[in-house]
Amino acid sequence: MKAAVIVFPGSNCDRDLAVALRQAGFDVEMVWHKNRDLPGGIDLVGLPGGFSFGDYLRCGAIAARSPIVDAVVAHGNRGGHVLGICNGFQILTETGLLPGALMRNRQLKYICRTVPLVVRNTSSDFTSGFHDGQAIEIPIAHHDGNYFAEPETLDRLHGEGRVAFTYAANPNGSQTDIAGVLSANGRILGMMPHPERAADPALGGMDGRALFDTLAGSFAAA
Amino acid sequence: MKARVHVMLKDGVLDPQGEAVRHALGALGFDEAEGVRQGKVLELDLADGTSEARIAEMCERLLSNTVIETYRVEIL
Repeated sequence: MKAAVIVFPGSNCDRDLAVALRQAGFDVEMVWHKNRDLPGGIDLVGLPGGFSFGDYLRCGAIAARSPIVDAVVAHGNRGGHVLGICNGFQILTETGLLPGALMRNRQLKYICRTVPLVVRNTSSDFTSGFHDGQAIEIPIAHHDGNYFAEPETLDRLHGEGRVAFTYAANPNGSQTDIAGVLSANGRILGMMPHPERAADPALGGMDGRALFDTLAGSFAAA
Repeated sequence: MKARVHVMLKDGVLDPQGEAVRHALGALGFDEAEGVRQGKVLELDLADGTSEARIAEMCERLLSNTVIETYRVEIL
């Protein structure tokens, strides 16, 4: 069970993500963005939070054109698992692996606090450990987490059960309260909240741990 | 040669920054400013003979996010 965590200049949650994945049982390799290839036998690619390339141009835009990202897109298109958190979610939308875009928060403020979420999908390899409608609390820390997609895309995401999490109290203006979305095959998850910051009792929350344990369990069962 | 690329949010996409600027203009008494949209301008120094198709490709692949933005190229 192997995971690669991609490190961009400006990533700042890469080591936290690696710790959370190791706790769940993954062998984790850190991969610099200039590499062209992923290590062999990778099951999961993690795109961490942070401010890759200083958020220049658009959040995640320049990271999404990094050499390693071609390999990440190929991994996703082969049916491989990808988890993008915060800046990682922004990068996933910039690559087109996930639909929509993350815009400036409605109130124009950077928001850093633990927020209540509602679990909306319980069939993916990331979310099957939760129950439908489960209330969980996960920290957010972003300036650009306001999810936007065309109305027909939003309808499709909700209709196909691809909205993984919604905000119980919308903090940033995200359309239809979306906090995280899945790819059509359910193997790519992008989310603004940080489950790796709620994966250890010392951090004041364990609700994020279930996501990593569920993911590890799905690989162990496969 | 030079080109200037204007990137704007699509109509219908909420622009909270433009809205904040509009609000500030109103606070200064410019009540006639009924709407503000904020965009970006990028100036490119290009090798002579660069085709417009090539510039459009730059816009599509990096300079704009066509999910939320439109772009307009001006050859200078």
